[in-house]
Amino acid sequence: MLRYLPLVAKNCLRNRRRTILTIFSVAASLSLLGVLVAIYAAVYLSDTPPAQALRLAVRNKVSLVFTMPEAYSMKIKTIPGVREVMTMQWFGGLYKDETPHNIFPRFAVDPDKLFTVYNEVKIPEDQKLAFIREQTACVIGKSLERKLNVHVGDRITLKGDIFPVTLELTVRGIFEAPEDDELLYFHRKYLDESIRGRLKGEVGMYMILADSAESVPRIAAAVDDQFRNSPVQTKTESERAFQLGFVNALGNVKGFLLSICAAVTFTILLVSGNTMAMSVRERVREVGILKTLGFTRESILGIILGEALLLALIGGVLGLALAQALCMFVRQAPAFISQTKTLTIQPLVGLGCLALAGAIGLVSSFVPAWGAARTSIVEALRRND
Amino acid sequence: MAIPIAYNLRNLVVRKTTTIMTALGIALTVAVLLSILALVNGLRDAFRSTANPLNVLVLRKGSNAELTSGVNRTAYQDMKFKAGIAKAANGEPMISPEGVVVITLPSVDNPDGSNVTLRGLTPMGIQMREQIKLATGRWFEPGKREVVVGKSIAARFPAARMGQKLFFGRGEWEVVGIMDAGKSAANSETFADLNLMGADFGRTQGFSSILIRATDPVTVKALVNDLENDQRLTVSARTEASYYEAQTVSGAMIEYLGFFICSIMAVGSGFAATNTMYAAVARRSREIGTLRVLGFSRGSILLSFLGESLLLSLLGGILGCLLVLPLNGLTTGTMNWVTFSEVAFNFQITPVIMATGVLFAMILGALGGFFPASSASRKEILTALREI
Repeated sequence: MLRYLPLVAKNCLRNRRRTILTIFSVAASLSLLGVLVAIYAAVYLSDTPPAQALRLAVRNKVSLVFTMPEAYSMKIKTIPGVREVMTMQWFGGLYKDETPHNIFPRFAVDPDKLFTVYNEVKIPEDQKLAFIREQTACVIGKSLERKLNVHVGDRITLKGDIFPVTLELTVRGIFEAPEDDELLYFHRKYLDESIRGRLKGEVGMYMILADSAESVPRIAAAVDDQFRNSPVQTKTESERAFQLGFVNALGNVKGFLLSICAAVTFTILLVSGNTMAMSVRERVREVGILKTLGFTRESILGIILGEALLLALIGGVLGLALAQALCMFVRQAPAFISQTKTLTIQPLVGLGCLALAGAIGLVSSFVPAWGAARTSIVEALRRND
Repeated sequence: MAIPIAYNLRNLVVRKTTTIMTALGIALTVAVLLSILALVNGLRDAFRSTANPLNVLVLRKGSNAELTSGVNRTAYQDMKFKAGIAKAANGEPMISPEGVVVITLPSVDNPDGSNVTLRGLTPMGIQMREQIKLATGRWFEPGKREVVVGKSIAARFPAARMGQKLFFGRGEWEVVGIMDAGKSAANSETFADLNLMGADFGRTQGFSSILIRATDPVTVKALVNDLENDQRLTVSARTEASYYEAQTVSGAMIEYLGFFICSIMAVGSGFAATNTMYAAVARRSREIGTLRVLGFSRGSILLSFLGESLLLSLLGGILGCLLVLPLNGLTTGTMNWVTFSEVAFNFQITPVIMATGVLFAMILGALGGFFPASSASRKEILTALREI
């Protein structure tokens, strides 16, 4: 089979314009497919990072906008397997203006527990202590530092909406997280005092650090059981499930991704099939000559299928390179789930897409190739177009 | 002199496999574009038809959403006597204090629970929403733990059907009615008695927002200014229309995403169209030569092939429209970032959207067909006739 490779390559080059157009056409569609599959894989199929796998989020069962008593943290702490509990309060508010550039999540937290619960987050020890010591201090992520051009010692003013207060914060530390670090954390106590105790001992969310990934489901059940008969019931889930909840709230994301993938795949099939049909039609006579020279039906089938396979694979490789570039744009976009902040084409996704491209090449060219291989010599030689 | 269009039509029919495959490629691109446009259109329509042009919405200063706002009772009492507020039939001012919270219910798409807006209202609040009709059942009675749900809620949340009990706040609430709010976003809301709801959620000192009906369009502006500038109230006022217009940003994101996907798909199917047209030109070399001998100019050859490409893409555009038609009216939901809850809406395929799709296909066809057509027109008569 391999000895026909030069012939296959020559055949690809006989109509260069068509070959190039087909390759680019396949590449464009495949780059889109690659990105969509990469997003799908990152959101639904990827493994939870080990640090994240240890965390659980607790919220009010009715919905995220309701709070829970502060006293819950003591009870949660006593559940076996719970290493640490941190309170977390979504602040919302406004930084400068509403342009997307200035929108990033802001949380009021327990500063002394923050870097225990998020133990994968790196911050210089002195900055960490400075943050804990000063009540009006805040820490921001490395990417946020770059984005806002705000550095250690600078001030950040947040105008509240949920809480009718304007907070003056001083950046005391820059942290680095392996995934999403476009975030700001500040002291919950500062928030509470600024609104004269109006938090009234209420907490928006608890973050739990478990001692092992295995105990996470058990802790989730134990926390919810603990408060089942209290006036305020809780919903506890792994941090990953909590984040996926936001993706699901966007609507039928799975269906959206899958249906576009299907449309794109079918388009590649059509494009590739069309090209092969056209190029086979042009050389029926040639096939007749090859047969006279002693080429078997199988080898002719192989040569044509090989040509389609080659075109699809070149298009596929080019498409994946484009997809990798497109992933860069996705990484810049606001994230609903931290996985899209580090989106790349994983080797498995890349191989899958290439295999799909190859399969499409073979399937789409099979009908014209089969037709050409079956044409009798006399009939083929008589054809003049 | 132009070459008759029938010549192109026949050619497309003769190469029917290629024609259909190329057209289908374009059709799929158009279908993706149209379904996204239909989605965004439905979403925008839901928000736009929610607002009454005479209504003014009052929130706390600095707050841009009902959910993060709070207006106390004193401010509400002061507002009641502002000039320019319309009067109801019984002489009461048309002003409605409302409480808005978000609750979680398991939905069809999301069994873990989607957020739903729960709105506490007085009878005046219902009276001020003329576009809302009861589809079945009755309105909740003041002082009773009863709710009326929007028709999208009833359809998408199995737990919220007629006669069923919802559990939130401090106990159970019975679904006693389903309201039909036309296309409006109120279909995705649940209504209950304001005072009971406030008590359940510990919000007795104030309201989330105040809705006020102005007497006429001119007064709307005056009323907004009056409320904004009243130092005692510390509220911000805006027309209901501008409030809901701001919520259509949820659609903008989907739209950007859609255009991004479609432009990449367009490159793919556009190149395929170019390929097809080049093949057509190559196969009909002798025909082109013959046409030139008959006296047709280079210009008419160019136009003829360009026309053929346009016909091909027109077919693709129409096929694309047909492909998405079954989506029309289909209900889906997405997160509304302002209310932090699900808003349900229908795919809406309007003639404008279909025309956009066909136009998009034709542009694709024109771009894809131009180079092949110009290469056809540049063929020399003698060489063209000699080619096989």
